[in-house]
Amino acid sequence: MSSAQSRRPGEGPPDAVVSVLRDDGTLDPAHDPGLSDEDVRTLYRALVQTRQLDERFVQLQRQGRIGFHVGSLGEEAAILGSAWAMRKNDWLFPCYREFGAALMRGLPLQTLCDNMFGNANDTVKGRQMPCHYTCRAVGWASISSPVGTQITHAVGTAWAAKIRREDSASLVYFGDGATSSSDFHSGLNFAGVFRLPVVFLCRNNGWAISVPVERQSATRTFAEKAVAYGIPGVRVDGNDLFAVVSVTQKALERGIRGEGPTLIEAITYRMGGHSTSDDPNRYRETEAVEAWAGRDPIERVRRYLETRGAWSDAEQARLTADIDQRFRDAVAIAEKTPLPALETMFEDVYAKVPWHLAEQRAELVAGPRPGVSHG
Amino acid sequence: MSVSNMVQAINDALRIAMRSDQRVVVLGEDVGKVGGVFRVTAGLQEEFGEERVIDTPLSENGIVGGAIGMALYGILPVVEIQFADFIWPAYDQIVNELAKYRYRSGGEYSAKIVIRTPVGGGIRGGHYHSQHPEAAFIGVPGLKVVIPSNPYDAKGLLLASIRDPDPVIFLEPKRIYRAAKGEVPEGDYLVPLESANVVRPGRHVTVLAYGAMLYEALDAANKASEKGVDAEIIDLRTLWPLDINTVLESVKRTGRLVVVHEAPRTNGFGAELVTLITERCFFNLEAPPVRVTGFDTPFPYTLEMEYLPLSHRILPAILSVARS
Repeated sequence: MSSAQSRRPGEGPPDAVVSVLRDDGTLDPAHDPGLSDEDVRTLYRALVQTRQLDERFVQLQRQGRIGFHVGSLGEEAAILGSAWAMRKNDWLFPCYREFGAALMRGLPLQTLCDNMFGNANDTVKGRQMPCHYTCRAVGWASISSPVGTQITHAVGTAWAAKIRREDSASLVYFGDGATSSSDFHSGLNFAGVFRLPVVFLCRNNGWAISVPVERQSATRTFAEKAVAYGIPGVRVDGNDLFAVVSVTQKALERGIRGEGPTLIEAITYRMGGHSTSDDPNRYRETEAVEAWAGRDPIERVRRYLETRGAWSDAEQARLTADIDQRFRDAVAIAEKTPLPALETMFEDVYAKVPWHLAEQRAELVAGPRPGVSHG
Repeated sequence: MSVSNMVQAINDALRIAMRSDQRVVVLGEDVGKVGGVFRVTAGLQEEFGEERVIDTPLSENGIVGGAIGMALYGILPVVEIQFADFIWPAYDQIVNELAKYRYRSGGEYSAKIVIRTPVGGGIRGGHYHSQHPEAAFIGVPGLKVVIPSNPYDAKGLLLASIRDPDPVIFLEPKRIYRAAKGEVPEGDYLVPLESANVVRPGRHVTVLAYGAMLYEALDAANKASEKGVDAEIIDLRTLWPLDINTVLESVKRTGRLVVVHEAPRTNGFGAELVTLITERCFFNLEAPPVRVTGFDTPFPYTLEMEYLPLSHRILPAILSVARS
């Protein structure tokens, strides 16, 4: 992958991909985001935690203890690097593959695990599938399963901030499949027209469940779609943590300066299935996956740290042991926590429970229970 | 007090809401400079500026999705969808996002928006400027659905809708935008949501109506009274959640029910109304309930006055239900 500058409409080579972290573990100074070793160590821990929790959640699903998991295997740098670049007062709109970034911003692991089990302590009260948690405290929007619908919401918060003259930007995650949605079009178009501080982060991971990128779009890149909205589009090596941080920072700064939104295409690869409900061996060759294994985003950061003497095998062992311990503790509590009370099904539909829901609540509570177990 | 039409009354409500609450913004297609294709937002951009009265690109899902984001941030958007017929690109945003946002976030967030949209036929608008799609919103948990029939209610209900904590679909019967006139107080007042209005008390049969068809029901009731049938007309005003008590009290008293709406009959709101009432007062009923509605066809252009459930079709229904 070649190094290149961020592309604005009509400038630079169209397929250029921003990369920073070289194979020898050094950084290209042209786009070096200037992370301290401590920053990189923090990010590295978050990357390892994301990968390790992904594996553990898949195991829980395979054991029948949770219903579902949608992971980020191979895409961790694109997710965490971009989240790192955003500030506390900014909004993040997840797709559904970004739990690692939520944890890094401060979502408690216990809260995530409570959501995975849909128990009484789940912030969304067991109303949604696993991986559909909410965390207002860290500027994390609510997650829905339909693809692309969050894109216009991110535009809306940035729009509101602009109307109020407040310093807040939005970052919205979506995949290559979402670029086919009407909300992608509307979101980029509105943000372009009103010059809103939005970072559109497209994780091009090669696949929308079983459909490859060639079936999503006839364009050579996803970034070039930005041209049609009069906004910059940038391609970045999504498996290069430093490059992702760098282009996201620049997009954010551009938005804060009042120059409008940026579309980032983070080129990465979905190393696992779409979710625990998917078997990718049915539609793709293992050779394609192996080709990406050599560009593992986490190993590349570890090599960088080791080159600088900033990471050791002992630290790695402590880190993985610590993650496992915290995971086991959180799961033990989540699994013991009872299900949400029946009455909670009727709360939060409206601000106050109206007569028809009160009637149905009474009917449910007084009625027979299903003969099958929950979860 | 001054005499206003519906357009003026709604405009007045928007102006009062925007003056009294800095969070309120108005957005939609053509709402700014031109003041809306029906002029409902006329003059608002002059008073409140382009940042609070926003002409948007032509994209309903973009408008509603953007408004949801604004609402999450703490702004209170009042969206105009130019015709209800054009609302469907936003239906995913309304059903899957707006209506569920509080529920699916366990109450951490709510997306408070009012969506105003003109509905109904009788203006020579054909398929795409005439539909009356309330049933598609009444069946969505989390939404409230409101429809005024006169200027006083239009102003008070819109102010109540803006100040209600839940998302509201505010349907405006465009056929009577200018035809319905009445006294409207100048200041700020509310007509409470979920309060139906008995506009004509009667003893023999209960007629449920709303929006533009209320006047057709009233006309039919006046003609029925000449034939000795005394119909009670209830303007539902808030379709959902329904003011069930007012409705049940009336039907239990009259024992007879006619429901009027412009929308197609099958799966229309009339089906739900008749079921709700029958479940609760079957043994009070003296006759089978009757629905007088639009037909199960797309809304026609040339024959629209044949399609609409006007007075000439409501009158025989009232008489036959009253006499059976």
